[in-house]
Amino acid sequence: MIAFLLQSGIPFRPEAASTSGAHLDKLFYFLTGLSFLLCVLIFGTLVYFAVRYRRRPHGSVPPVILQSIPLEIVWTVIPIIINVVIFLWAANLFFRDAEPPIGSTEIFVVGKQWMWHLQHAEGQREINELHIPVNVPIKLIMTSQDVIHDFFVPAFREKKDVVPGRYTLEWFQPTKIGRYHLFCAQYCGTLHSGMIGWVYVMSQKDYAEWMYRNRPSESAAGVGQRLFAKLACNNCHQTNRSGSGPPLTGAFGSVATLQNGERREVDEGFIHQIILNPTTLPVAGYPQVMPSFRGEVSEEEILEIIAYIKSMGQEQPQPVAEGNQ
Amino acid sequence: MSDTVAFPGAGNPHAGNRNPALQEQFEHIEQQRDASNFGIWIFLATEILFFGGLFTTYIVYRMIYFPGFVSGSHLLERHLGALMTFVLLGSSFTMALAVHSIRLGKRKLVVLFLILTILLGVAFLGVKFTEYYGKWNEHLVPGIDFHPSANDLQGATPQSVELFLCFYFFMTGLHALHMIVGIGLLAVMALLTWYGKITAEHYNRIEVSGLYWHFVDIIWIYLFPLLYLITGNRH
Amino acid sequence: MSTAVVERPLYNPVNYLNVKHTLKSWLLTTDHKRIALLYLGSITMLFFVGGFAAMLMRLNLLEPAGAIVHPETYNKLFTMHGIVMVWFFLIPSIPTTLGNFLIPIMVGARDLAFPKLNLLSWYIFIFGSAFTLYALVSGGVDTGWTFYTPLSSLYVTTHVMAAAAGVFITGFSSILTGLNFIVTVHKMRAPGMTWFRLPLFVWSMYATSVIFVLATPVLAITLLLIGLERGLHVGIFDPALGGDPILFQHLFWFYSHPAVYIMILPGMGVVSELVAAFSRKRVFGYKAIGFSSMAIALFGFFVWGHHMFVSGQSVYAGMVFSALSFAVAIPSAIKVFNWTATLYKGSISFDAPMLYALGFIGLFTIGGLTGLFLAALSVDVHVHDTYFVIAHFHYIMVGGAVMAYLGGIHFWWPKITGKLYPDVWARLAAVIIFVGFNLTFFPQYLLGYLGMPRRYAMYPAEFQMLNVMSTAGASILGLGYLLPLVYLIWSLRYGPDAGPNPFLATGLEWEETQSPPTTHNFEEIPVVTQDAYAYENMGIPNV
Repeated sequence: MIAFLLQSGIPFRPEAASTSGAHLDKLFYFLTGLSFLLCVLIFGTLVYFAVRYRRRPHGSVPPVILQSIPLEIVWTVIPIIINVVIFLWAANLFFRDAEPPIGSTEIFVVGKQWMWHLQHAEGQREINELHIPVNVPIKLIMTSQDVIHDFFVPAFREKKDVVPGRYTLEWFQPTKIGRYHLFCAQYCGTLHSGMIGWVYVMSQKDYAEWMYRNRPSESAAGVGQRLFAKLACNNCHQTNRSGSGPPLTGAFGSVATLQNGERREVDEGFIHQIILNPTTLPVAGYPQVMPSFRGEVSEEEILEIIAYIKSMGQEQPQPVAEGNQ
Repeated sequence: MSDTVAFPGAGNPHAGNRNPALQEQFEHIEQQRDASNFGIWIFLATEILFFGGLFTTYIVYRMIYFPGFVSGSHLLERHLGALMTFVLLGSSFTMALAVHSIRLGKRKLVVLFLILTILLGVAFLGVKFTEYYGKWNEHLVPGIDFHPSANDLQGATPQSVELFLCFYFFMTGLHALHMIVGIGLLAVMALLTWYGKITAEHYNRIEVSGLYWHFVDIIWIYLFPLLYLITGNRH
Repeated sequence: MSTAVVERPLYNPVNYLNVKHTLKSWLLTTDHKRIALLYLGSITMLFFVGGFAAMLMRLNLLEPAGAIVHPETYNKLFTMHGIVMVWFFLIPSIPTTLGNFLIPIMVGARDLAFPKLNLLSWYIFIFGSAFTLYALVSGGVDTGWTFYTPLSSLYVTTHVMAAAAGVFITGFSSILTGLNFIVTVHKMRAPGMTWFRLPLFVWSMYATSVIFVLATPVLAITLLLIGLERGLHVGIFDPALGGDPILFQHLFWFYSHPAVYIMILPGMGVVSELVAAFSRKRVFGYKAIGFSSMAIALFGFFVWGHHMFVSGQSVYAGMVFSALSFAVAIPSAIKVFNWTATLYKGSISFDAPMLYALGFIGLFTIGGLTGLFLAALSVDVHVHDTYFVIAHFHYIMVGGAVMAYLGGIHFWWPKITGKLYPDVWARLAAVIIFVGFNLTFFPQYLLGYLGMPRRYAMYPAEFQMLNVMSTAGASILGLGYLLPLVYLIWSLRYGPDAGPNPFLATGLEWEETQSPPTTHNFEEIPVVTQDAYAYENMGIPNV
């Protein structure tokens, strides 16, 4: 029966094409096996009792059996132990893979009804598709322009909600070259089921060629630098400290102190918040004169500005290079 | 099986000496009173969860938008808020007197105290609606007519002040709705007592109404400092 | 129950059904039994409304590109299916029908503590359903039953307010019913009916009522906040206006997770009764089952974050919610083991109610085990928002709760109506439902692990075969549900009279009232001297 099922072509699992995916499948099969075993045990007992103790003519009245404390303890403690094991195994995988490795290739993702906009750090843009190299950790920095979406790649066994107003991170390291489904997995309106695409995992060489073929005239940071000037950010954020705002060289990744003494890391979310809602992040030592840019700058543009700010404190914005990282 | 039962379907205990206040599902008057009291406490528990969800949301946004909430709080008139607090506390006192009086069977006093409670409740609502009207005149009604001056904002963003006022109107509005229901309830109780439908035997009804009224009062005791008394100092 | 010999109550030809026939006597009744029937009619109709939506959904999913409806319509279908089935069928089902009918009799009272409030609950329920049905016929809602923001508060143009208003109003019906049940169980037990002599059905209804009363108000305020945002365009949940969309999820799931325990606990109570009656034995581990019900109700309030593992909430929050979710699984497992142990050395007959009970235990076990998959953090990352979750909750809610509901309706049908239904047809229906159910929902576990997301009107071609299997199963399941409708109604006119205790079951409803009961239930309030499930005194019905 099982052989028949396996031969039937009914698919049982998607390809596992990432580092975390392989680990997850092991846990999943353990759980499946465990469930199967428990079902056999419980159903077997049920069926056995149902048959053995079925009503017979002239049968005697069943005995009074109230409870058995030892049995209750046994069948409470054993499930607890099983649950603790599953919890620890899964939590460990989850916790271990919670932070992307340092040096991951960053990709910016903006979800909107009903398509995915992606941008590589070098500036290449994609819609509903993502080309990435194999065996390299990829970190997605994601936000939504409207409602909550979710970037789901079954083959990588990863998903994360894409939320308006903040950044969420998702990372994976693909292990197999191929083409994999990308789905939106948080209901987002009429064409939710159309908000799908493909992730192309390529060899390092093919990826480099693809990146070169599709190179834009500017990297993301380059666009960001242009925007920085166009929106007059550089009037206040001057490198020589003569403006009313702090200079931003090396600012990304540092810790800012707010006027009430609170300390916050200057990460992508911080920059996003301060561009759109500056009065909520009054940085100590500077006058509160930064205007809000809500409505003047799109989510993609904010990501490009962030790319630029990240590059400050390095010598130049990233040039269009081959085989980055 | 008696064939002189009042209801077809046998077995009803409506023979002889049942307390006239006793409803048919109960066996003894103490059981009935016990059940009513227990019931109102459970109802109040649901109200706590109801307002609790709202208070939680308020607290979350107060933490995120503290400057806006400070400015917003300054837009409210503390002396009016204090007045309303005293008025409500007074009404709880008169309510307690009503409960005391019904136990003693003094129906006229009960009606008097219920009416006083109602009047104080109406006074509270009057002050509240004056406040609302004031906000309307100052164009500070979120979503409908919100045009704050720089003086109103005191440095906070219009968005955060509007959010504060949204909570102000919603929380006090919901509270006022509960007050109106309470006033209606007390009016009914007063009428029933006046016309002799509520006697010392029914003291429980006044007690249950009293519990509801005290609860609405307590909600205000929380609302007043949360909304009216925000100073600029974080804890 | 005061002697060892089963006493047959004297028969009165006037019962709660025929005491008066006017419409007014039904619409203004305060008799808990009549109110139960008013609810029974209402929720049966609503079940078929929700079921009709499901039928259209499954038909549409026959084709990868959608077979019969556009995505807009499909989205409205799954939203209405969820809203109607959750709030207008499952949550009220057992509590308002079997709960209303049985609780007063089981505790030995003449009615609930607040009969007029009970009638008000029904009217509120009808009023709420009217709003929701209005939303349905005037174009539908397409937010999903979960109303996530900012989609629901700012982006869709469908009748969110009407649907939310319907749910809001109906919530008060739940709250008042729960309040009524709690006070009744505390204050109206007959002399000698101690807590530990109560039937386990009452224990689980009590636990359910605690959840009704404490969780539903939070839903109410959450819906009001959506209304506020939609009406006034202030930023409570929309980030563009300064709000937090994840806050909505916390508030929503704080209610909606306990809500799923509202949906399953009553079914568990029914199963305890059925397993005892049809093994002719005391329930094994009475206290374990009773306390497990309370534990499920309690722990159920602390696990809501397991719906939000990938929402962007912190890793640490995820760990806490995952651990607590594993904890809440334990009391359910304990129940399954105790029910199984009840069969040991019993005298088991396979009447229709017992088939439903055994089906429940099997399907609930499968559904519960897949709950462990979902509680496991890294597994959930993969299967969240896929058909795996859909399969999980349908195993619990349909394979569990609906089967228990049908089992209970069948078991107490003779008591409620005074008539017997044809057991052959009933057993056939039970088997058809069981088979149809598994064929419908087991493939969905596979679809989920393969990666098919939920709420998809169209899907990649490789998922088609499993979808077709599922739809085939759904047609069988639908047929299975129609059968009881037919033969139960048939039995009202043509079924043989049941007599007071056709199953020779224990319990005040069987031993101290006739079928159907008189309006006031008992001639005299019984004095209870015996434990529940004293089947050793009842003999064995003829094979």
